[in-house]
Amino acid sequence: MDVLAFYVFGAIAVIASLLVVGQGNPMHSVMLLIVSFGALAGLYVLLDAPFTAVTQIIVYAGAIMVLFLFVVMLLNVPREEPAPPNVSALLGPTGMRLGVVLSLLLGAEILWALGRVGIGWFTQGSSEKSVSSVALIGSGIFLRHAFAFEATSVLILVAMIGAVVLARREHS
Amino acid sequence: MSWVPAPEIIAKLGLIFVVFNMLVLSAAFMVWMERKVCAYIQDRSGPNRVGFEGVLQPFADVIKLLFKEQLKPKAADTILFAIAPIVSTAAAFAAFSVVPFGTEVNPFGLLEHPIPLEITDVNVAVLVIFAITSMGIYGIVLAGWSSNSKYSLLGGLRSAAQMISYELSYGLAMVAVIMMAGSLSLRDIVINQSGTWFGFIPRWYIFLQPLGFLIYLIAGVAETNRAPFDFPEAEQELVAGYHTEYSSMSFAMFFLAEYINMVTVSAVATSLYLGGWLGPILPDWLGWVWFLVKVFLILFFYVWMRWTLPRYRYDQLMEFGWKWLLPVAVLNLFVTAALVLWVG
Amino acid sequence: MVPLNYYLVLSGVLFAIGTAGVFLRRNLITVLLSIEIMLNAVNLTFVAVGRYRGSVDGQIITFFVMTVAAAEAAVGLALIIALFRHRETLSPDAFTALKW
Repeated sequence: MDVLAFYVFGAIAVIASLLVVGQGNPMHSVMLLIVSFGALAGLYVLLDAPFTAVTQIIVYAGAIMVLFLFVVMLLNVPREEPAPPNVSALLGPTGMRLGVVLSLLLGAEILWALGRVGIGWFTQGSSEKSVSSVALIGSGIFLRHAFAFEATSVLILVAMIGAVVLARREHS
Repeated sequence: MSWVPAPEIIAKLGLIFVVFNMLVLSAAFMVWMERKVCAYIQDRSGPNRVGFEGVLQPFADVIKLLFKEQLKPKAADTILFAIAPIVSTAAAFAAFSVVPFGTEVNPFGLLEHPIPLEITDVNVAVLVIFAITSMGIYGIVLAGWSSNSKYSLLGGLRSAAQMISYELSYGLAMVAVIMMAGSLSLRDIVINQSGTWFGFIPRWYIFLQPLGFLIYLIAGVAETNRAPFDFPEAEQELVAGYHTEYSSMSFAMFFLAEYINMVTVSAVATSLYLGGWLGPILPDWLGWVWFLVKVFLILFFYVWMRWTLPRYRYDQLMEFGWKWLLPVAVLNLFVTAALVLWVG
Repeated sequence: MVPLNYYLVLSGVLFAIGTAGVFLRRNLITVLLSIEIMLNAVNLTFVAVGRYRGSVDGQIITFFVMTVAAAEAAVGLALIIALFRHRETLSPDAFTALKW
């Protein structure tokens, strides 16, 4: 049952990501990425991480993607144009040759590295803890990693200010 | 007969069936209640021809909408145009799946163990509701975009911006209750509210968090795009709005989604603040009656507000959400945190 | 049960798809979307290995990765808006003024 769910969610995630990268309409790309995030949230639930799954939906699919959607709609992003004709022979049309080769190399290298490691089976029974995982995550973030938490808050503040300043219209 | 599933599965499926139908019926009931209450507030009598006191009016409306022609603008994006009402409605229904509406019952003594009256109980239930409500924004945004008209797009974007802005205060009010209850599961939060002080005041969180309840309700009204925060939907009805290009069943689905969102916000408010299914006189297994009574009270308050208060202008609405409601919600959170730490 | 390697393979495949998107696409928004795919693949690896080792640290790291991704998406989109206002196009070939 778990294996079936893994294959279903994994297939949805991979197909949606391929379509995001492969198809032309930016609006459809954004919606397909949301589908991919939903599939990943399902995988997190399979991995006994319900808090991460829900946070993924709230933060990624519910906030970041809405940001992308707003920008795509406000800029009325067109379908992409073909590459200008004076690119070098190494890159090929739209840089495809080198880009495709590099990505395939990366994928092959990752799979090779994984093949050298033995099969790892998950330990059973970590879901019967008496303390809920949310409480554990909370105590971890606020006690052991408190500095990272505070630094991330400052990062978000800086990003907010930066985004507002960068996207402002010039009144001159 | 070895393929007959276990009785627990049948009970679960029966529960899902009951909840789904209750939600649809409650949307129909809301249509009727809104028109009747609006009529009495305006000193007239509302629908009174179809059925006794107009009770069958929503069904007549549905039959009329079913027979209308389904239009689609020629330049609209077909897939997104079709998906938008589905996303809205699916998110509205799905958010109700973690709301508990009763204690454990054993229907007619058929089951071995009593089942709790809810569809599921995850230990992050409050966050699940929050997440699915965020998904509902996409229905509106996609509807605005795919209609391929400037006014629809602006209506959709304004509506989405309003929903995002009030989501923050919505979440902060919920966090204050979670701090007091110590758990994210709605069932645990309701169970923490059982018992009374001095023998007659129930231990509901509304007495400990009056400001939080107010913030939650206001943010909930803004989340569901209801009056007085329904500028993107109403004012532009003269020109457009995100659902202008929709007709027949798609239009009905948007309004179904809106009413069910209202029901969900009311149900979560009763679970968080009004003690869910707990009530004085009835026995435990009839707790769902109290739940229905409390949800009905909040829904009545919703309808009452719509027909009494004037509408906020869009910039007033956004200013209220960011400059007033959010700081008040953060203040409420601080005070609650301090009290939980010192008083316990 | 699904062994850990399945999750790592899936995450490797997603990361490769994201990288391909960054190289291949001529639209700045889709490039940002591909970067988000890569960050998600990394999140999946963290959660899977965290579960394998029985510690909750994997989920804590994903919490921070998501936050950083949100900040980066916000600033990236603001930059895209500013660039679009300047040149009226979103193709990376229009912004080659610093090229040799």
